[in-house]
Amino acid sequence: MGLMQGKTILVTGVLTDHSIAFSVAKLIQDEGGTAILTSFGRAMGATQRANSRLPKLAEIIELDVTDNDNLTALPDALKKITKKLDGVVHAIGFAPQSALGGNFLNTEWPDVATALHVSAYSFKSLSMACLDLMPEGGSIVGLDFDATVSWPQYDWMGVAKSALESTSRYLARHLGPKNIRVNLIAAGPVNTVAAKHIPGFEKFEDAWAARAPLGWKVADPIPSAKAVVALLSDWFPSTTGEIIHVDGGYHSMGA
Amino acid sequence: MTDEQIVSELAVILNEVAGVDQSKVSADKSFLDDLEVDSLSMVEVVMAAEDKFGVKIPDEEVKNLRTVGDAVAFIKKSA
Ligand SMILES: NC(=O)c1ccc[n+]([C@@H]2O[C@H](COP(=O)([O-])OP(=O)(O)OC[C@H]3O[C@@H](n4cnc5c(N)ncnc54)[C@H](O)[C@@H]3O)[C@@H](O)[C@H]2O)c1
Repeated sequence: MGLMQGKTILVTGVLTDHSIAFSVAKLIQDEGGTAILTSFGRAMGATQRANSRLPKLAEIIELDVTDNDNLTALPDALKKITKKLDGVVHAIGFAPQSALGGNFLNTEWPDVATALHVSAYSFKSLSMACLDLMPEGGSIVGLDFDATVSWPQYDWMGVAKSALESTSRYLARHLGPKNIRVNLIAAGPVNTVAAKHIPGFEKFEDAWAARAPLGWKVADPIPSAKAVVALLSDWFPSTTGEIIHVDGGYHSMGA
Repeated sequence: MTDEQIVSELAVILNEVAGVDQSKVSADKSFLDDLEVDSLSMVEVVMAAEDKFGVKIPDEEVKNLRTVGDAVAFIKKSA
């Protein structure tokens, strides 16, 4: 029996077949579960094409996590497809160009606000919008990039990830009584559209492979996706507010 | 497939994905500057081209595909 047998998971963030969320959706299907995808606006065409590369065609719901109408409509859209959800994957990150690439000292608040809204606050909004479909509990997993240190180029996206880490701990606190677990996977660098959006991202890709004791492949989202699926499964029943590093061990090395 | 055939298939894809006027598509045109295909549309164009031509276009290759001609050369090389 597969790890995801009988489970239905809402998976945001599938843009291409390189998206970390694409591998998550594929593994959910491989493990006997059902994935429901979201996309929005001009990204929808790409998501549809990626969808056709999944083992099974998934339903796609329109969802811009900064759009209140979309969030309000989400529970009903979900109820048309499924009776309940067993989990939710938040694989969403965005920061305007001015907030990235070394411009940290000159980024204006509206751009910072966008980064925080899309990449951190949305973890709360998305979780709340799905609450009604998880009356008996569930597992919510987000994708993080280690925010305990500063990185070259990552700038306000790094600050947004700090906010995501804290948001996750507060969600764990407030949703625990509803038997909902909330955790993050802190992934190493993966070559995706979001990563390419960060100017000079390649700079620490090489450093990663050299320092991580297990080695690291930027072209391989599977290790991160497997960890997401593990957290969605029944095998972490008492884990919440946690951040699991899937980075080849990079974070634990001093040099 | 000849270069002309690949260009005309690409023109169909560019029209479908980004509403580009098919008659404007030729080898010397830049996706971004001449045809106004931005990175988000390009993501979809790449997947559509992979499906159409049965090739794999790696992510690190996409930034080298500046013009329609670059894409044609890559597709011919990989097919
Ligand atoms: N790629 C990496 O190196 C890396 C490392 C660690 C963590 N992460 C995180 O993984 C997650 C997924 O990113 P990815 O690397 O797979 O890239 P990706 O570009 O494939 O996915 C990013 C997704 O965010 C979605 N998105 C952006 N704005 C949105 C909005 N307003 N509403 C709804 N969706 C929106 C996009 O449509 C896209 O599907 C992000 O949170 C990212 O920060 C990525």
